[in-house]
Amino acid sequence: MNALTAILRKLGALAVDGLWRAGFMARFFLAVLRYSGQSFRRLPLTLREIYFSGVLSLLIILVSGLFVGLVLGLQGYDILQRFGSSDALGIMVALSLLRELGPVVAGLLFASRAGSAVTAEIGLMKTTEQLQAMDMMAVNPIARVVAPRFWGGVISMPLLAAMFSAMGIFGGWLIGVVAIGVDDGAFWSQMRASVDFRHDVLNGVIKSIVFGIAVSLIAVFEGYDCQPTAEGVSRAITRTVVSSALAILALDFVLTSFMFRGL
Amino acid sequence: MFVCIIHFVQIHPVNSTVSDKPLVRLDGVHFAYGEREILRGIDLTVNRGQVVAIMGGSGSGKTTLLRLIGGQLRASAGKLEVDGQDMGALSRAALYALRRRMGMLFQFGALFTDMSVFDNVAFPLREHTNLPAELIRDLVLMKLHAVGLRGAAALMPSELSGGMARRVALARAVALDPMLMLYDEPFAGLDPISLGITGQLIRRLNDALGAASVMVTHDVQASLNLVDYVYFVSEGRIVAHGTPTEIRASNDPFVHQFVHAEADGPVPFHYPAPPLASLLDNIPA
Repeated sequence: MNALTAILRKLGALAVDGLWRAGFMARFFLAVLRYSGQSFRRLPLTLREIYFSGVLSLLIILVSGLFVGLVLGLQGYDILQRFGSSDALGIMVALSLLRELGPVVAGLLFASRAGSAVTAEIGLMKTTEQLQAMDMMAVNPIARVVAPRFWGGVISMPLLAAMFSAMGIFGGWLIGVVAIGVDDGAFWSQMRASVDFRHDVLNGVIKSIVFGIAVSLIAVFEGYDCQPTAEGVSRAITRTVVSSALAILALDFVLTSFMFRGL
Repeated sequence: MFVCIIHFVQIHPVNSTVSDKPLVRLDGVHFAYGEREILRGIDLTVNRGQVVAIMGGSGSGKTTLLRLIGGQLRASAGKLEVDGQDMGALSRAALYALRRRMGMLFQFGALFTDMSVFDNVAFPLREHTNLPAELIRDLVLMKLHAVGLRGAAALMPSELSGGMARRVALARAVALDPMLMLYDEPFAGLDPISLGITGQLIRRLNDALGAASVMVTHDVQASLNLVDYVYFVSEGRIVAHGTPTEIRASNDPFVHQFVHAEADGPVPFHYPAPPLASLLDNIPA
């Protein structure tokens, strides 16, 4: 009985803690939005974060995009040629990337590369009292540190997803057209004829913006909320990567069910 | 004006001009983290021109006291005024307006690690003034000159020793000529030379700016040589206070133990625990 009570107590404490954190995160998000003006009035602050989150993530995004495209080309050709539709390889590669793989895989990579770096940076600033020092100098750390990093991530994410998709399509073309010998004209013309800007491209962009908001919010929140110790920062980084991955996959399901339900 | 301050700091001996008007006043201040009471009725005043030390053992509540004065925490009971303003009633905007006239030196400097020494000191000037870049440059160089680190302006914080980082942080803290300086363990981890330099700078900058300083510290000897008044905090209460002369001559057991660094006394050596013999299985009764 005592063991059961202990388990129930622990579960209750976890639920209360989770609820408290969710509430705190919502209030934190509102504070970030409220103090975002400075991020745009002092554009260099946000541009610097776009450089760190976006430009420095380019290599991993482009290389991963290329490999995903290469694999899609191989798998897609293998499946499509069974039905005599290998000319539709361009459509398959493009739609897979624009609708799903571009935003989702780019989001996962972005969370691992840039999200973890943002959490570590803010967490270490907290641990070394830099955020407190800023606050004591009458400079709001949410406006000066958090909001530019948040917007840097939100702006970078769709651009990275677009580059991921472009590189993936290039990889699919390399395998399908150059290596296997699918007709070049059919590859591109079928893609152009079948990919709808609003339905496919725009929905993919919307997904990547939503993922950008989710990952950036989780990254800045975990950094800001971490225990100011080495272990605390390490745990916060882990939470950023795990929570971001789960958030991206769950949001992807929700968004896909609204965007592409076959209606 | 800056030139005058730097000139003063460099050539004038210590010359405290203590005003009777309190800049900081705590009246029956209580503070608790949830159920755990940290401060239990603190009365304390700091006048302009004074350097005041708050001493006490680890966990005695002295850093909490400093955070209350800086507005980082709010008292759960009692009244805390800084420059006549009730800290418990201030809005965020009003608190920030007050903090522009405060400076705080953190235990390990808390320099911004992604900025050079120059940019660290320029930070408050850039954030709170519209001064042209040339004037900010001159002011920063003068502030760094005052702490003896003009030549380190281009270095990054990772290239500084602990003592140098503390001095850069001091230059940053006084960048806006504060009326009140708060120091959190300014001597922790410093070698004797850096400790002496930091102590002298605290005293001279306070006198040159006509400010008041509140210093939380463990370092009895270094502090007694430079402060005007000392408060001893133990278990959330002020247990003794006085001028350095009075403190040195005090017969109060707590003050005596602290000043003479005695291992046992009112502050026990052992953390509360059952008798050792009762915990050892192999010792015959």
